Amino acid sequence: MKQIVVISGKGGTGKTVITASFAALAKNKIMVDADVDAANLYLLLNPKIKSENAYVGSQSAFIDAEKCIGCGKCEEVCRFSAIAEKDEVYCVDDLSCEGCGSCVLVCPEKAITLEKEETGKWFVSDTKYGPFVHAKLAIAQENSGKLVSVIREKAKDIAVEKNADYVIIDGPPGIGCPVIASLSGIDTAIVVTEPSLSGMHDMERVIGVAKHFGVETKAIINKYDINLENTENIKKFCEKERIEVLGHLPFSDIVSHSIVKGVPIVEFCDEKIAKDIANIWEKIK
Amino acid sequence: MIIAVASGKGGTGKTLVATGLALSLKDNVQFFDCDVEEPNASIFLKPKIEKKEIVYLPKPIVEPSHCTGCGKCAEVCQYNAIAVVKGKVLIFNELCHSCGACSLACPEKAIFEVDSEKGVLEGGRSNDIEFWQGSLKVGEAAPTPLIKALKKKVDNKKTVIIDSSPGTSCPMVEAVKDADFVILVTEPTPFGLNDLTLAIEVVRQLKIPFGVIINRCDKGDEKVELYCQENKIPILIRIPFDRKIAELYSKGIPFVTEKKEYLVKFREMFKLINKELS
Ligand code: SF4
Ligand code: SF4
Repeated sequence: MKQIVVISGKGGTGKTVITASFAALAKNKIMVDADVDAANLYLLLNPKIKSENAYVGSQSAFIDAEKCIGCGKCEEVCRFSAIAEKDEVYCVDDLSCEGCGSCVLVCPEKAITLEKEETGKWFVSDTKYGPFVHAKLAIAQENSGKLVSVIREKAKDIAVEKNADYVIIDGPPGIGCPVIASLSGIDTAIVVTEPSLSGMHDMERVIGVAKHFGVETKAIINKYDINLENTENIKKFCEKERIEVLGHLPFSDIVSHSIVKGVPIVEFCDEKIAKDIANIWEKIK
Repeated sequence: MIIAVASGKGGTGKTLVATGLALSLKDNVQFFDCDVEEPNASIFLKPKIEKKEIVYLPKPIVEPSHCTGCGKCAEVCQYNAIAVVKGKVLIFNELCHSCGACSLACPEKAIFEVDSEKGVLEGGRSNDIEFWQGSLKVGEAAPTPLIKALKKKVDNKKTVIIDSSPGTSCPMVEAVKDADFVILVTEPTPFGLNDLTLAIEVVRQLKIPFGVIINRCDKGDEKVELYCQENKIPILIRIPFDRKIAELYSKGIPFVTEKKEYLVKFREMFKLINKELS
């Protein structure tokens, strides 16, 4: 079983469109949407949800106003500025609290407890392409990396059980905790970039992260014809870094049409871009 | 006044709008690139960097000669960043939130903390604009401490423009939470709409007034327009797709320097926001 993640650093380079196409092209696979923060893959895969599960991802401190004597020790130790005094009792700001429990340790009156919070849901679904594990993080939550790990673990279980050949993962943008969680135990990371200075800068950073964690990366240049000079520079960079460029795709209006229709582009049309993506998949598998 | 530019979905044109707005106003502007995972605004504003500050956070270290292997630290760490195996303490730095609970809990005072680098803040000028950006060290997991450090530089007497990170989780909340107004940039596709509705939920929860800019407004369908109409959300500017804008963007040239009509549009939008807030 091979685990493949599609990442980009910069958002909006075409990650999800390409992942959905791989989902349509690959045989015997499980799909995962690890962009739990702004999940989009479901819009192209049309899942039927089979099971819905609560994700208890974080906790917040709660101060019992009856027991609080207003000593302020909790405020002193809290490193996240989550505790403030209001009318001689102390209160916790849920948005700032990271649930570390330091305040619980120092409260002499045992007035503080940590309360678990449901911060999202994750789903196992059926699609016409095979099983799909995805999630919805509640808004304004932290710990999306942990939720990514939870759904990837589940996808792996299903893959083992079904003897699947691939786990195909739509990764999150950026380089922080959800990206790191998406990269662990991966066989190949595919970086989708575009020939803009921003796209190139972000690609270099996310490749740095993959390297840091020892994951092999390959690249796809999307919308290559927007700036041919930059496309050349990306190729040079990849050559220097010994990263295989799997292919380049043109800027195309058909992409947004296929998104509007909610269909992976390789099934939406027979244009060149669809064939190019199919060729890329042949190189990956 | 603080205006944050955010978007649920990445790549919709957040930085294009934030830098365009900054260049349209110029006077008395402070610009913050709070997308510390992938900071890009400097590509367009080309600031002269004058100051660099490394951001450190404490990380725990165990003094073996004091440690009795009691396991208290592992017990209190809420992030599973500590394991005690055969009386030896193992600390996983990438999971540590630098909260200090372990050193509070250790009965032998065997845990002390040392500074660990999380990233860097850089400040400078781009003509009349005061510029700040944060850049998360590659391999580090947590962007929020850096965003917090960055926002300490905010000068309330100025017009502050914040380029937020994408998404709707902790980094985005940290970037927008003290803003007076949020501009949400989206695109008219099902992806754009999906992520816009999530971002709106966050901004509503934070009780911040907001408006929407639709980028590439002619590439997709009507659903974002309809959604905004139905929910009485002001559409501040519509930017039609223009290959020229995409090319300028790819070269790191702010599109407003060539498409001057947008300078006027941004200024008018700014006036409108001002009026709404007063
Ligand atoms: S649990 Fe930690 S972050 Fe939350 S209020 Fe207590 S000390 Fe602060
Ligand atoms: S500082 Fe906090 S998060 Fe880090 S190891 Fe200690 S208890 Fe765990």
